[in-house]
Parts: sequence; C-alpha cells; structure tokens
Amino acid sequence: MKRYFLVLLLAVSGNSLADGMLQRDCASCHNITGPVAQTLKKAFAKKGPDLSYAGNKYRQEWLVSWLQKPTRIRPAGMYYGDHIKPGAKSDEIDPATLKDHIAISNADAAAVAAELMKLKPHDDLIAKEKIEPGSIDKQMGEMNFDKFWGCMACHLIEPEYGGMSGPELYTVAKRLQPEFIASFIRNPQAWEPKTWMPNKGASSGSIQKFVQYFEVLGKESANAK
Amino acid sequence: MPNKFLFIILLAISIQSQAQAKETAADNYKAYCVQCHGMEGNGKGVNIRDMSVQPRDHTDAKSMSGRSDETLFKVIKEGGSSISKSVLMPPWAGTLSDEEIKDLVQHLRMMCKCKFGT
Repeated sequence: MKRYFLVLLLAVSGNSLADGMLQRDCASCHNITGPVAQTLKKAFAKKGPDLSYAGNKYRQEWLVSWLQKPTRIRPAGMYYGDHIKPGAKSDEIDPATLKDHIAISNADAAAVAAELMKLKPHDDLIAKEKIEPGSIDKQMGEMNFDKFWGCMACHLIEPEYGGMSGPELYTVAKRLQPEFIASFIRNPQAWEPKTWMPNKGASSGSIQKFVQYFEVLGKESANAK
Repeated sequence: MPNKFLFIILLAISIQSQAQAKETAADNYKAYCVQCHGMEGNGKGVNIRDMSVQPRDHTDAKSMSGRSDETLFKVIKEGGSSISKSVLMPPWAGTLSDEEIKDLVQHLRMMCKCKFGT
C-alpha cells in the first residue's frame, strides 16, 4: 500500500514539477495559458510560438526530441520584422538578433512534453478534419504548393529554397499533427487571429494534397540526414 | 434613468472594443506586407529570393499610379490572381476588415506619393 502511495506521490510531484517548469521557464517566452494574441501589438511582442494549444498542435515524440536538441524552425524568428535588415539585393535576416532555444534533459523534455500535450482548447477544430490515407508524387505536390497556391513565398520547402518569414515546412510532418496542419491551412485565423499566414481559401482536396506533400518532404529530409 | 447610464456605458465599451479590433494601416503593413514588399516598401522583402515574380515596389509612383484604388483594394482583399497577377500575392480577406484594407490603400498612396492616373 505504502509503495503504491509512493509511486502515486512521485507521479503527482513529477507532473507538478513539469508544470512548474512550464510556468517558470517556458512562460517567459511562450503563452501557456491563452488567450492567443488578439492584437498586432501582442503578436509583434511574441518571443516564441503560442503553446496554449500545444496539445492540439504538436506530435509529442517530436517535442521530446526537439527540446533536447532544438533547431531553428522559423528562419527569421517569431516576428520576422525584428530580425531583418536592408541588404544589397533584398531585406536580409540579421542572425545577431536571433536567439537559440535552450536545450533540456531527456527526463525534463519528456515531462514538459507530457504537460504540453494536455493543452487542448481546440479539440472542436481538430475534430472537423479528416486525413485521408494516400500519397502524392513529390513533383505534383510541389507544383500544387509552389505554383498553384504560391505558399513558397513565405515557407522553405528545403533548407535553401523558399521564403523566410514563415516556419520551414520540410520537417513539418514530423513536428505537427496532420489534423492541425489541415485545420490551420483551412482557417489560420481560427487559431491565431493575427498570424502572418493568410487564409487562401484552399479546398479540402487541396489541403489533403498539402498534408501528403509534407509527408513526402519529411521522409526526404529524414533520408538526407 | 439607470437604464440610460447602462446604455452609455455599454456604448462606450463597444466603441472601445471596436477601436481595439481595428489595427492601423502602418501596423498592418508592418505585419503582412513587409515580408514580401520590404521594410522600405521597395519590393525587396526578405522572402523574394526564390520568387518567379517580384513583388511590386510601393514607392514607385509610375507603376502605382497605374492602379486605381478599387484595383488595389481588390488585390489586397482577393489576392493577385483576382486581377490576373501572381498567386504569390495572397488574399487578405480572412485577416483584414474592409475598413482596414481601405486604410491600407491610402497608406500605399502615401508611400508612392501618387494617385491613380497621375
């Protein structure tokens, strides 16, 4: 009986420790509690992605791995305007203004990721998305993404091709739940009213193609390592 | 009498919340346009490296005066393809209100120091 109590106590204290870490260490740069930024002033001030809907957005296994060895996902930072300067041919990213994310231990990463996955205020939006099984030829996917919808204007689809103001998409299938990807493309403002991402009015069919294309990109970038 | 006070208070709150909801054209430009049209509005944004069509230079009076306010409103709201231009210019109808788009058109006129047909 005592042993059960000890296990229970450890589990509870482990959770509260992770919750404490979220509130203490993560909340200085991330919004944990919501609501998401409702004004541009608040959107410009964001230092990291909003985590108040992290459980609807991320893949837990990716969070655990990334938190131990973080890499840059947004080439020009959170609000790109704070990290660019005029250059010879065009505005350029000013690397001196970008800060790296801290790395944490395996145990802490697992505990923090578990806490983040509890944050699910938008199960309603996720439930509206149905991901159809299927695949797309890489070239077709790229044509849909680049030429038909023009998404490469803001997103990298490989480390050296695409736009810089949005998050890179060659690892997006590993990072995010497919239903979230679909929902965010369908209506970005339902998640973040002030996001730089426009609602392009993509049909459900096109959204399925995007998700399948990101899967192809993800596999390719994994093979490249 | 208390009803009248309540009405005034509600009206004041509603006006204030509307004022908060509407962003300035300068902030909207900074948030949504600068990524492609550049910090200086010269079409040299941080995203342009791999674009097949370059974004418009908003400081170019000659080309900007060739577009009416209605066309500028339409292209911001419905995107480049709505005026047979590039899909790289997205529609901002889901992001900006009509009023904010009208303000942005005036902001563009200030940047180009030009009017339609001049």
